[in-house]
Amino acid sequence: MTTLTALCTVLAVSALLIILSYIAWEGIGSLNFQFLVDRPRPVGEGGGIGNAILGSLVLLLISSAFGLPLGICVGVYLSEIGKGRLGGMVRFIVDTLTGIPSIVTGVFVYAILVLPMKHFSALAGGVALAMIMIPIVARTTEEMLKLVPHSMREGALALGAPQWRVILGVVIPAAAPGIATGAMLAIARVSGETAPLLFTAFGSRFFPTSLNEPIASLTVQIYNYAISPYDEWHAQAWAATLVLMTLVLGINIIVRLLTRKRF
Amino acid sequence: MSAVIETSTWRRVLSPTGNTGDAVFRVLMLLVALLMVGIVVAMVIALASDSMLAVKQFGFRFLISQRWDPIKGEFGALPFVYGTVMSSLIALLISVPFSLGIAIFLVEQAPRYIARPVGFLVELLAAIPSVVYGLWGIFVLAPFLRQYVEPALAKALGWLPLFRGTITGIGLLTGGIILAIMVTPIISAVVRDVLAAVPGSQREAALALGATKWEMIRVVLVNGAPGIAGAVILGLGRALGETMAVTMVIGNRPEISASLFEPSYTIASAIANEFTEATGDLYLSALVELGLILFLVTFIVNGIARLLVWNVTRRTGGVGRAA
Repeated sequence: MTTLTALCTVLAVSALLIILSYIAWEGIGSLNFQFLVDRPRPVGEGGGIGNAILGSLVLLLISSAFGLPLGICVGVYLSEIGKGRLGGMVRFIVDTLTGIPSIVTGVFVYAILVLPMKHFSALAGGVALAMIMIPIVARTTEEMLKLVPHSMREGALALGAPQWRVILGVVIPAAAPGIATGAMLAIARVSGETAPLLFTAFGSRFFPTSLNEPIASLTVQIYNYAISPYDEWHAQAWAATLVLMTLVLGINIIVRLLTRKRF
Repeated sequence: MSAVIETSTWRRVLSPTGNTGDAVFRVLMLLVALLMVGIVVAMVIALASDSMLAVKQFGFRFLISQRWDPIKGEFGALPFVYGTVMSSLIALLISVPFSLGIAIFLVEQAPRYIARPVGFLVELLAAIPSVVYGLWGIFVLAPFLRQYVEPALAKALGWLPLFRGTITGIGLLTGGIILAIMVTPIISAVVRDVLAAVPGSQREAALALGATKWEMIRVVLVNGAPGIAGAVILGLGRALGETMAVTMVIGNRPEISASLFEPSYTIASAIANEFTEATGDLYLSALVELGLILFLVTFIVNGIARLLVWNVTRRTGGVGRAA
């Protein structure tokens, strides 16, 4: 039986290695400096993913600006304030928010932002990503705050500090590295999201100039190139994937190395 | 702490410490937390109101009609429901045994120095973005299935209508397999947590009664059964809503076919593909109704899963403390 369970594990790990090595193998061929800074060109003229890289960064900035503070606040509420039934309900809602398909988030943001504004925009894309970020950040923040020993809270309270100062001045700083870890994982997660961007940020073949207009992103670019009929674009999709995977796996591995040292 | 007695009841509810700063802080945090509840409520309202047109036009027929014909204004969701359910079932059929195997190996059998790094590698599978799975699916998995796996299946099991039909590599089976790879790390991670939450005393008791290692693992599995069920349902919720990877390999044809080789279509991929192309209010409204269905189904599925997983960790946690 041990052989059988070990075989399952070996197969899963080899699936990972096969996928990663394919991306590296296929992607490295089309990767050069010009590709990283140029914008897309028609088939046969080369072109690159500079605008998509920049667009993804802009989207990540917008989503972090909304998602991280809100997510951390929800985490603080869950860990420090919301005991009782209301806290349980909020926790349940946050957990189920994690499970809502990202495409539905896209439809929702389309309904509340894109339709009233009458056009796709970087802002809408960022909000959609933030909605995916919030529950992830909230739950990791909650777990990290719960790891802070009670004696630290009691010590600060005994010195006469009100609860808000205890939380902001003692509990959150003590858990800050863990909260940062959760934030990085959330960023890694949303940087790979495509579905919620399809009809919020939409995509663009130009460099972004305003938050109020459609914006390119690495993931949507990969999708559009992958389903195109041109070999040249397929090659570019692999190269863009290599860039995306370097970012996503990089964050994941860094987080892993950092947390292993700490706990 | 509650030495300030003369404060009104309201103030004491807001802040047990009687400090104004605390009251402000608590209210702020509470508002943000309620924002989460508000988002979910707003989602239901937005999706419901934007799909009202299609709901009124087709009513319950939307769910049982097979015709999806945007040109004639006929919208029936059955092909999408079928594709979604079938691809998710294929995914679970493949990934559940694997996930159980992985979890058992990592929790019960592998030494720590193997379990830690290998567990991390399995979790990395979950970090790969959906669109990357899709790209890999189109250019690696689909050709592989077309050349080797599907012909072999057709030869061996061709007497079943499931494995008959044109072999293209793009279809329900490919969608199911790519989903299986995607949900395996999720299911196995939760099962690992569940197994780890089964108290050590259970294992010791089984071994003390003369059980072999494998019989002991069966005891652990039975103990964690509700949590394992929760993990599987959680994987189901994920598979039902997965969009990009499936869209890229399932073929996107709104037809119900007995064969797993034939192209199919899921709810999520229909939205992804047709939302920006939808001309006319009824078309858009029908797509939003698909979104509403997906939302409600995944909400319920996830709710059930969370309750199951919570119960196990809470219950075994209690037993662990008592022991």
